[in-house]
Amino acid sequence: MNTNSNTYTIVYASVMVVIVAFLLAFVSSSLKDKQNENVELDKKKQILSALNVDIKGADVAQLYSEIVMAEPLLDYQTGAVKAETGAFDIDSKFENAKPLAERNLPLFVCQIDSATKYVLPVYGAGLWGPIWGYVALDADKSTIFGVYFSHAGETPGLGAEITSAAFKQQFTETPKHITRNGEFTSVAIVKPGKVAEDVDYVNGISGGTITSQGVDAMLKDGLGQYVNFLKQ
Amino acid sequence: MSLFSKENREAFLSPLWMNNPVTMQVLGICSALAVTVKLEPALVMGLSVTIIVAVANLVVSLLRNTIPNRIRIIVQLVVVAALVTIVSEVLKAFAYDVSVQLSVYVGLIITNCILMGRLEAFAMANGPWSSFLDGLGNGFGYAAILVVVAFVRELFSAGTLLGFKVIPDCVYEFGYMNNGLMLMPPMALILLGCIIWFQRAKNPELND
Repeated sequence: MNTNSNTYTIVYASVMVVIVAFLLAFVSSSLKDKQNENVELDKKKQILSALNVDIKGADVAQLYSEIVMAEPLLDYQTGAVKAETGAFDIDSKFENAKPLAERNLPLFVCQIDSATKYVLPVYGAGLWGPIWGYVALDADKSTIFGVYFSHAGETPGLGAEITSAAFKQQFTETPKHITRNGEFTSVAIVKPGKVAEDVDYVNGISGGTITSQGVDAMLKDGLGQYVNFLKQ
Repeated sequence: MSLFSKENREAFLSPLWMNNPVTMQVLGICSALAVTVKLEPALVMGLSVTIIVAVANLVVSLLRNTIPNRIRIIVQLVVVAALVTIVSEVLKAFAYDVSVQLSVYVGLIITNCILMGRLEAFAMANGPWSSFLDGLGNGFGYAAILVVVAFVRELFSAGTLLGFKVIPDCVYEFGYMNNGLMLMPPMALILLGCIIWFQRAKNPELND
């Protein structure tokens, strides 16, 4: 057979495309449920990590249902509960694209050793792509109890160090407050060695300045949305 | 032809050192710079590339007599892209943590020059079994260089290996400091240069 004729080439390409399309569609649809399950489980892990819960080897779904008491949505204007459930299904990426007044603000109300903790999700931009995290607050709605940060594609060893234990520890080893005298201040990320005035701060990542600034902006904007809730 | 004839052994062994895809053919340099800051992503990347180049070599070799010459590069690309997509989907379903860690790098395997190079130079002209061995050999050769570079970079940039601390604190107290330059991509290029230097110094017949 002449494999160089136009007809053969066109038929070959068409058949190949159809076969590959079916193959990929089959793989994708048969793995979909498992993948969604993993994504949900991963989100639960992230929330638990923000609460400094040891999840190694634990049944994450079980642990999550024991610790997280409520998942309400808050209203920006009043800071009051708008819907009793639905926080878990909020995708911050789409929610942050809406105007501030229309956003549904997800909140996770948790119970650790019979003390109430609030977990607020934050979402922002790093150097190469999105960064996100969860900030756990004490019942006073000001003291940081724990944090969790993650990223899509920051440089390993540089910006990606925001996920490191050393960076996260800074938020808890000395108490950091996101409000001062009742006003929201956020927590600033500064270059190592610098100081920030009138606001609690932690050291950024050397060599990861843009990512550190991204975390700074993410905390300011992300936690700032909850300003009316924090004042209550 | 027996399964482990001289040619087949050659196809597998020569890319490991004497005809290494990275140091001798200077292919796959871009990813060698990008994923070698830490040892762990370098290991997983090396393994993923090995699997994909071996299977792609096998598939293209099986199809080689049917592929129309004018669109052969497109056919090769489709095979590689389909494999990479499947690997990334499977990782997401069964090894979610690893897939999160590798993030964009899995997709970038498509752009690895070693893949297209081996498909075009070897799989299009050889049988399935020797193509498969050639793929494995080139994948391991690539992985070996990645691991050596990542080992040196992680050790001197952070004092850790696979995330575990190996340089004790007492050394730091004597004034030892981590080398920030090791974090930068140019350092990977310099290390690669050193490996090539070593290889050519050991084997003068490689010099032009």
